[in-house]
Amino acid sequence: MSWETVMGLEVHLQLATASKIFSGAANKFGADPNSQACAVDLGMPGMLPVLNEQAVRYAVMFGLGIDARIGKRSIFDRKNYFYPDLPKGYQVSQFFEPIVCEGVFQVPLSDGSLFSIRITRAHLEEDAGKSVHDRFPGQTGVDLNRAGTPLLEIVTEPDFRTAEQAVAYLKALHSLVTYLGISDGNMAEGSMRCDINLSLRPTGSDSYGTRTEIKNVNSFRFVEKAIAAETARQQELLEDGVSIVQETRLYDADRDETRSMRSKEVANDYRYFPEPDLLPIVLTDDYIDSVRQALPELPAAKRERFIAQYQLSDYDAALLVSSPDMAAYFEKAVTLCDEPKAIANWMLGDLSAALNKEGIPVSQSPVEPQNLAGLVARITDGTLSSKLGKQVFEALWQGEGSADQIIEARGLRQVSDTGALEKLVADVMSENQDQVAQYRAADSSKQKKLIGFFVGQIMKASKGQANPQLINKILTEALDSD
Amino acid sequence: MNSLDLSSATAAQLISALQAGTISSLELTQAYLQRIEKFNPAVNAVVTIDHEGALASAAAADQARAKGAEGPLTGVPLLHKDIFCTAGVRTTCASKMLANFEPPYNATVVEKLNAAGVVTLGKTNMDEFAMGSSNETSYFGPSFNPWDLKRVPGGSSGGSAAAVAAGLAPLSTGTDTGGSIRQPASLCGITGFKPTYGRISRFGIIAFASSLDQAGPMTRTVEDAALMLSAMCGLDANDSTSADVPVPNFQTALNGDIKGLRIGLPKEYFSDMLNADVATSIHAALKELEAEGAILVDVDLPHTRQGIATYYVIAPAEASANLARYDGVRFGHRCDNPTDLMDLYARSRSEGFGGEVQRRILVGTYALSAGFYDAYFKKAQQVRRIISEDFKKAFEVCDLIAGPSAPNVAFPVGAKNDDPIAMYMEDVYTLSVNLAGLPGLSVPAGLINDLPIGLQLIGRPFDEETVLRAGHRLQLRTDHHLKTPQLGADQS
Repeated sequence: MSWETVMGLEVHLQLATASKIFSGAANKFGADPNSQACAVDLGMPGMLPVLNEQAVRYAVMFGLGIDARIGKRSIFDRKNYFYPDLPKGYQVSQFFEPIVCEGVFQVPLSDGSLFSIRITRAHLEEDAGKSVHDRFPGQTGVDLNRAGTPLLEIVTEPDFRTAEQAVAYLKALHSLVTYLGISDGNMAEGSMRCDINLSLRPTGSDSYGTRTEIKNVNSFRFVEKAIAAETARQQELLEDGVSIVQETRLYDADRDETRSMRSKEVANDYRYFPEPDLLPIVLTDDYIDSVRQALPELPAAKRERFIAQYQLSDYDAALLVSSPDMAAYFEKAVTLCDEPKAIANWMLGDLSAALNKEGIPVSQSPVEPQNLAGLVARITDGTLSSKLGKQVFEALWQGEGSADQIIEARGLRQVSDTGALEKLVADVMSENQDQVAQYRAADSSKQKKLIGFFVGQIMKASKGQANPQLINKILTEALDSD
Repeated sequence: MNSLDLSSATAAQLISALQAGTISSLELTQAYLQRIEKFNPAVNAVVTIDHEGALASAAAADQARAKGAEGPLTGVPLLHKDIFCTAGVRTTCASKMLANFEPPYNATVVEKLNAAGVVTLGKTNMDEFAMGSSNETSYFGPSFNPWDLKRVPGGSSGGSAAAVAAGLAPLSTGTDTGGSIRQPASLCGITGFKPTYGRISRFGIIAFASSLDQAGPMTRTVEDAALMLSAMCGLDANDSTSADVPVPNFQTALNGDIKGLRIGLPKEYFSDMLNADVATSIHAALKELEAEGAILVDVDLPHTRQGIATYYVIAPAEASANLARYDGVRFGHRCDNPTDLMDLYARSRSEGFGGEVQRRILVGTYALSAGFYDAYFKKAQQVRRIISEDFKKAFEVCDLIAGPSAPNVAFPVGAKNDDPIAMYMEDVYTLSVNLAGLPGLSVPAGLINDLPIGLQLIGRPFDEETVLRAGHRLQLRTDHHLKTPQLGADQS
């Protein structure tokens, strides 16, 4: 029997607000334990939450970014459970009426095509603190710096069938939220965490199987591997006639398998009820419009524009708009040198390779847009051959100055002086009399091969600096004339 | 000093004396501290005395007054219910759970009263976490009614009411979730006012039921209540539910008459349940208001009885979450040698909370549980809206609603301990006022066999002014509020 995997994703996104969702404590990653938790975050007696307007704005920005319906009246609810890193004994979340309602998100796949994901809802809530199990032998530490960090929980319909779709969605989501500037989307630091609801059904069936939830997967690669592992596990059970237990599982990357969390931890009745310490969030049309007006150009629109304005391929455009920094880099370079295709090729080729190798983002690239534009300009105007362009790029990466400075310093200027090239051609022909004779006796197809030989010799003699177009012209004329 | 009898002095009188320079705040503070030392062992109204802090603020108050930099309450001693967080002064909520808790912050009410110049003498006894109507659930033992030390002072702000009645302070703060200011005020023969929900910030007040809790003044007179209320209220950025409404001058609101004021009498408040003697006192007080020009009209509050059930779903439900933070992890009582996390939670909470608190946590948890939410919590919210509508309808034909503050005078200590429902009935006249978020005042309406009973006046939302004016007119005509209990060695 063949099986179809059905998945829905829940993403917890930490919002990059200056302060926490319900207190004035700073919202930053990596500070000393418990140095960024105030009396409100600690759940001290008598403390009350005050909603951070920036978190509301960010949630609305997200909702508008996925064309979702914005909940004009949303409320906070208390989700009750005991855990040492949950200071109040309840998490303030939105259960009954979320701020972002149903929407549709267009996800570009690697072949450049688009794939639609239905977003069920996205709601605001506070993050819990962190239990630290590995630092004090036999004891657990609690770090409440994270307690009260604003989260947007984004829930999809069960629209995913493959790991590729899931990863493409997460990448597109990452791209969207970085464009909006509402989150750094850093999975390794936990600012974007993914839960995967996964079930299998016989191909062609339209009912759903029993699902499991894989919690807190923290990289694109692990999402892919966790889906593969859980799909294989469920398939094996189903084929053995064993039914799936609905439960929460964790992906163990070291063993590349999912395993069950103890049911005691998940069998909770959260006893949601409206949070009496906070008023409902009521949003006016004017407010929503003002947020809409202030939205930056989003990846989907930018992709379309890049394709139309710069005649880029779907594939190149999708890659260039994947991060706002990448797109900004591209457009800055293009304003300095109007060769979009060439700039795109350099960015997606040598530049991306170098960035990946060093593991740095484009915003920290040692080759700045004006450097790359300068390089492309010199290739376009014939000062530099494409082949030597790579050498100049490496020098740019090493910080040896502008493209012009490097070309001068290294004497890489392409030789386009006709007199000098005629002499080069004459020298090579006189050194290779036999080949000249062969050429003149040969038919046109053989002549082409011999031209290659001569060009090679000339380029070698010129250390690659001879202008290949001019060489071709002078050489053919010289060979054909005598 | 000789002209001042602290067993009955009002804040207004003390302010006059301070202004005239016939007494200093330091003298006054020392005198009240002596009274506390002398009478508190019998009344048990005060659970923490802040000698040093009180004397220091009194000295500072005298200096401020000398410099002409005084506020409206500069140098006037006051006691805070032990539910208000006071920086550096133990704040216990009368619970073993918080018996050693010293908050590093002040409640907004404490800040505001400090800014107005009060001298805080200490903290008053109360029902544990404000859950109770008799002050008997306190970890520090019951407070006793100064009118009869064998009887309860009411609750939950029983210590605050007993303290003012016994002259241990002219002013005290209280909180009222279902009657916790008005019922003890009634039983102790003092003036107690719960303003509109949102009028006074809840920041720094240890939460019982967030949608019902409201602080207020407990004083001898309506005049003092107005004075204190002016200092306590206002929008607070730290409390999202504090109301963004203008704060009127409550003292000037006392001026003027109540001619033509329509006072509604809900027939449900004068049913058979009401003690006949209480009914007589209340009707006598209403006659006085009529003599002032008020017009008495009949109104209906048809869901008064359902108010009790509604309240006892919503309040425990909110409390079950509000009290979840007391888990033995970060502050408060922690059990010895927990074997694991569940043991830490279970034993810390079982040891730290008293019986009534545990009962309400269980009730609230049950009411919110899967499968019961719709039948209990959601239904209670619906009834709460209906009760608000009842009041709104009644206020179409009247400007104030009047009735008893409590169904009876103070009962003997221990009388209702085995009958939580009988205890809950104590608040039958007060708790629907919390459900509707309205202002409610209790003023003394006379004595029955030397035990006080209070008249309750309920106003429209944010119309504290009318409520206070009517109460003040009554106190201008009557002397119920001037009567004080005879404590053992009082006349010294």
